[in-house]
Amino acid sequence: MEPLFPDPTFHPSPRLAMAAEPEKLAYTALLSPDRSRPDAIAVIDVDPASPTYGQELNRALMPHKGDELHHFGWNACSSALSPLSGHPFLQRRYLIVPGMRSSRIHVFDTHPDPTRPTLLKTIEPEEIVRKTGYSRPHTVHCGPEGIYISTLGGGGADGTQGPPGVFIMDCRTFEVLGRWEIDRGPQQLHYDFWWNLPRDYMVSSEWGLPPQFENGIVAEDLLGNRYGHRLHFWDLRDRRHVQTIDLGANHQMALEVRPAHDPSREYGFVGVVVDTTNLEASIWTWWRENGSFHARKTAVVPPEPADPAVLPALLKGFGAVPPLISDIDLSLDDRFLYVACWGTGQLRQYDVTDPMNPTLAGDVRIGGVAAHAAHPSGRPFAGGPQMTEISRDGRRVFFTNSLYSSWDTQFYPDGISGAQVMCKVGANGGLELDGDFYVDFGKDYGAHQVRLQGGDCSTDSFCYPSA
Amino acid sequence: MSSTTALWLSIAVIGAWHGLNPAMGWPLAVANGLTERRATAVFATLLPLGGGHLAAMAVALVPFAWLLGYLSWRHVIQLAAGALVVLYGLYKLVQPRHPRALARVRPTQLAWWSFLAATAHGAGLMLVPFMLGLCAQEPPARGGLAAAHATVMGTLAQSTVGLALAVAALHTLAMLLAALLAAWTVYRYLGLRYLSKAWFNLDRVWAGSLVVAGAAGIATAL
Repeated sequence: MEPLFPDPTFHPSPRLAMAAEPEKLAYTALLSPDRSRPDAIAVIDVDPASPTYGQELNRALMPHKGDELHHFGWNACSSALSPLSGHPFLQRRYLIVPGMRSSRIHVFDTHPDPTRPTLLKTIEPEEIVRKTGYSRPHTVHCGPEGIYISTLGGGGADGTQGPPGVFIMDCRTFEVLGRWEIDRGPQQLHYDFWWNLPRDYMVSSEWGLPPQFENGIVAEDLLGNRYGHRLHFWDLRDRRHVQTIDLGANHQMALEVRPAHDPSREYGFVGVVVDTTNLEASIWTWWRENGSFHARKTAVVPPEPADPAVLPALLKGFGAVPPLISDIDLSLDDRFLYVACWGTGQLRQYDVTDPMNPTLAGDVRIGGVAAHAAHPSGRPFAGGPQMTEISRDGRRVFFTNSLYSSWDTQFYPDGISGAQVMCKVGANGGLELDGDFYVDFGKDYGAHQVRLQGGDCSTDSFCYPSA
Repeated sequence: MSSTTALWLSIAVIGAWHGLNPAMGWPLAVANGLTERRATAVFATLLPLGGGHLAAMAVALVPFAWLLGYLSWRHVIQLAAGALVVLYGLYKLVQPRHPRALARVRPTQLAWWSFLAATAHGAGLMLVPFMLGLCAQEPPARGGLAAAHATVMGTLAQSTVGLALAVAALHTLAMLLAALLAAWTVYRYLGLRYLSKAWFNLDRVWAGSLVVAGAAGIATAL
């Protein structure tokens, strides 16, 4: 029986989402780097009024080993309230958890007890590749036609038979329906994607094919500029590629795509991991004007010189640490862009009120390849700021420290013990690590993406502006 | 109240019911008004929605009205139409999910979306029993106003297709007024918060009203 009223976590506009009740639980993807244990979703208490605040309450284990959890998402977000989509009575209740290495997809039910997600369904890789021709599922968004999942690989054992793309899953039965693209144009690589639903476009980015990441970063490919460096723009309802923007071959790995949350704003951001000419990382602003898309580099983060003796083999020759922007996240009011520099160990906060001119408003340092900066509590923090999740009200920023198992060992050879920490954000910007919040997942697990109960800044899309 | 008046009134009331149901599109008018920050965008959205709805009504009503030209079958058609509407209502009760094709329509194709949404929900079917009831009315006997009315009705009845179009037009007018009322109240006074707090799931009520409308059609025909 369908509920009579829309799910209370459906917020018509970003502003109403910010005003809603704060999150009480966080769900964090844990992965076993040596694949000796099943990966897991950890449930973290983030309610300051709770006696178990800041503690891991439960760990929902995957049924198999070696999945390599990375990104995951909710089955439904605020866009389900769109009158066009015609199903406003879905519930934001199921976590769709892809295994990036196994190509398996798990569906977890967070009802009736949200602290104990239970496994509802497992979709095996054979079914996904048979129905879509894709493998290595990655980013999950809920949209007009159901659940959209981007993939990083095509068919075949190494995922190089055919290009990767996006496929659709039914939002109620969790049945894999098929490929999303009807005309993919020149798109051959994939990473992240997001959209503006009322304006009817999608934006996608590029990382690399499975042989370029599964066994670690391939230095020759990187120095040969053979990772992805383009943005693709799509007609969402037509499922058609409309435009490519090449950021330049030296801008290797365009990853997270973050459009403005307010659908009346037609711009967004993308982070570039490394410029192979100078090791800089960069933020680009893309926008739509008179029907066509444009992009421009609007912020750079410079590399930091370091003694080669403390650097891993991969970086010794450079005598410097690249910032490696691995994740960016935009607050729901489209005001602050958070930029995780996983190499140098820095989380930067940019004021992007003027999206063409991001200005640094705050930053914290923790971890880092050379710096190894400790947490304010005095505890060590391996790795650096990576997957970042902002609370809906914009006052708390959670982040974890692992990038991808095989890359972790290349940049942080001492290993990355999984951890989740939190920054508090001032009313007008400014960023400070909370000395009391430190979730330690132990040395056997790395920590990746964080999802917040009731929705968060990197899953919710809206059909109504914040007017 | 004569049964003719009651039937016309029912058609207008069903129009208001369709207009108030969010599934027929008034929240789109709110969204466009807010996006463009202009009240005129609310009206500019409702007009194509009304056009699509009108077309959906006509497509459902005209074939039945045309069939009714075969007077000897009148009774059978009324019964069959009533049964069809009841069955469609029961189907919507059991299977309330919306066709995925609706989600593929662009946000700018308002009239097309409205046509498809109304058709998929059986909005036109809901009117069929009432229209058939009107077609079946005998012109009332003598009297000043009643006679004039009878003349109009008599002419209309000669052209059942014309009657179907009149039913569609009156219904759509009522639908548009109700949708405007809903959209404007949310846009101007209640705010978006209302959407998530007070948007009832009307799908089952809607399916129920299809069953009632079909049953009423059968009852009149018997």
